[in-house]
Amino acid sequence: MSSDSDNEPIETTSDVTPASTKASPPSEKEIELPKFEKGLADKIVEKFDTRIKVAFVKPDRVRINVGRDDIKEVAEFLRDVLNFDHAESVSGVDYPQDKEIEVVYHLGSYTDSSLSRQILVLATRAQREENPIPGNDATKLPSLREIFYSVEFHEREIFEMFGVYFQGHPDNRRLLLPEDWADLPPLRKDFAIKGR
Amino acid sequence: MNNELPPGLALQKVDERIMTLNVGPQHPGSGHMRIIVQIDGDYIVACDPDPGYVHRGEEKMAEYRNYITNIPHLERPVIHDSCNILYPYVLGVEELLGIEVPERAKYIRVIASELNRCVYTMYWLAIYGIFLGHSTMFMWPAGDRELLIDLLEKMTGARVTHAHFVPGGIRNDLPPNFEDVCLRQVNYFEKRIKEYAAIFYDNPILIARTANTGVLSRQDAIRLGTTGSVLRASGVDYDLRKKEPYDVYDELDVHSNVMNEGDSYARSKIPWLDMLESCNIIRQALQKMPKSGSVRVKLKPNPKGKGFDSVYKRVESGRGSLGCYIVSDGKPEPYRLKLSVGSFRNLIALPYLLKGEKLGNMPAVYWSLNYWPVEADR
Repeated sequence: MSSDSDNEPIETTSDVTPASTKASPPSEKEIELPKFEKGLADKIVEKFDTRIKVAFVKPDRVRINVGRDDIKEVAEFLRDVLNFDHAESVSGVDYPQDKEIEVVYHLGSYTDSSLSRQILVLATRAQREENPIPGNDATKLPSLREIFYSVEFHEREIFEMFGVYFQGHPDNRRLLLPEDWADLPPLRKDFAIKGR
Repeated sequence: MNNELPPGLALQKVDERIMTLNVGPQHPGSGHMRIIVQIDGDYIVACDPDPGYVHRGEEKMAEYRNYITNIPHLERPVIHDSCNILYPYVLGVEELLGIEVPERAKYIRVIASELNRCVYTMYWLAIYGIFLGHSTMFMWPAGDRELLIDLLEKMTGARVTHAHFVPGGIRNDLPPNFEDVCLRQVNYFEKRIKEYAAIFYDNPILIARTANTGVLSRQDAIRLGTTGSVLRASGVDYDLRKKEPYDVYDELDVHSNVMNEGDSYARSKIPWLDMLESCNIIRQALQKMPKSGSVRVKLKPNPKGKGFDSVYKRVESGRGSLGCYIVSDGKPEPYRLKLSVGSFRNLIALPYLLKGEKLGNMPAVYWSLNYWPVEADR
């Protein structure tokens, strides 16, 4: 904040209004969508039709929202037909107001050079329990470990940090937290840092 | 019996022949983590990495601070590569806020991040050397690293934790006469690290210890989603500075180093080749950089994105691809911030590489993964 006002030359002030090409909201007709990414999204829509929802198409990034029952099938399609071969990152996002926890897979490709810039964002949501008993409540999702081997540790991290249990994961154990952690999964929004 | 246990706990079967050995977390050879290895005689039959001893909850802390005050604590996971770990975060915030960065700032960022890559790699090389019993290789990189730390201190004001990158550019312009000093130091640095070939990389003892140990095939490297030097040592040419150039990397001639062996020797050589390449990049950037101009777009206090948005940006750090996923809900603080770090992604390769190896080869394999435990734990 105030530490931000230093002594270097100032070019412009107050640039909070974004340039229209960047960070633009999706699905508005007048914005021209990037061609390659549009083609990628179309291929997935063609195959799965209404079972998936294309959330946005930005340069190098396509995001798809999938229901929990379809995610394995979609992931298999992405691996076998579209050549995405590894997961760069798996993140959980907690939405207490929707009573849902979102799990976001960022998939990339090493083998297909046309996809080397692309990240395909595959998102799905699990039901969120108010009083979580990680592993023994309804907060469950199918694991993608059989399809993308690289998600193994990422999914273990989400299990401990959000309490999302991945069904079919061979090694559902804690990873970073201590074994005797008995509080809420810490990255949920209702786990508050002391003094904040 | 196993089914009755709640998830998160596991029982281990004990065999008469198999001994379970905890390497770490206090043992210096494992860094700040524990590696549980099961050995049969001298051979490792199973390995279970147990990170988390330096987990600091950076991602949770980021949800309580605004986009500017997040900068100093987000570089803490890898303080000696602090420019590179801030880079994807800063790029992401710039995309969320729609900021255009001045050209000169982009070049200075590239120089800073390449210098930082070398500083990190020298630190790693020193550790790699000492754990292979090569104490000269500990002393030399630790000493030569000071050359670049001095440069970064001139540039940013701090020796290791620079907090130099900010959304909108960099914190301060270069000091006067920096270009000449930088060029001189980098040329000398390059001359120094070329000498490492004779003492370390061409050393028959090192080759005997690391060649053909912990071989990761090309298919496995892809399947396990490894990144950075581990991936490129297994014959996959994937360097984000070339594949998805950020800032001004597309205007520079970047050569990515690839080796096909996939063993510990290749994994230890790639970062050294990368350092030589970094020297080239720094020289090019110094030449092409605009000699004057603004280096920072000034922001309002408490900048915020508009509405619900998410962004995933990634850069090539010293340990491979480093991604930052930011979800914004229109408030000055990120709604969720996730760092997907190279160390964490490469960790999954460890159980595969150690299986069947001799216990004595563990340091050679483990440290060749270019793994930094603090970064993996975040």
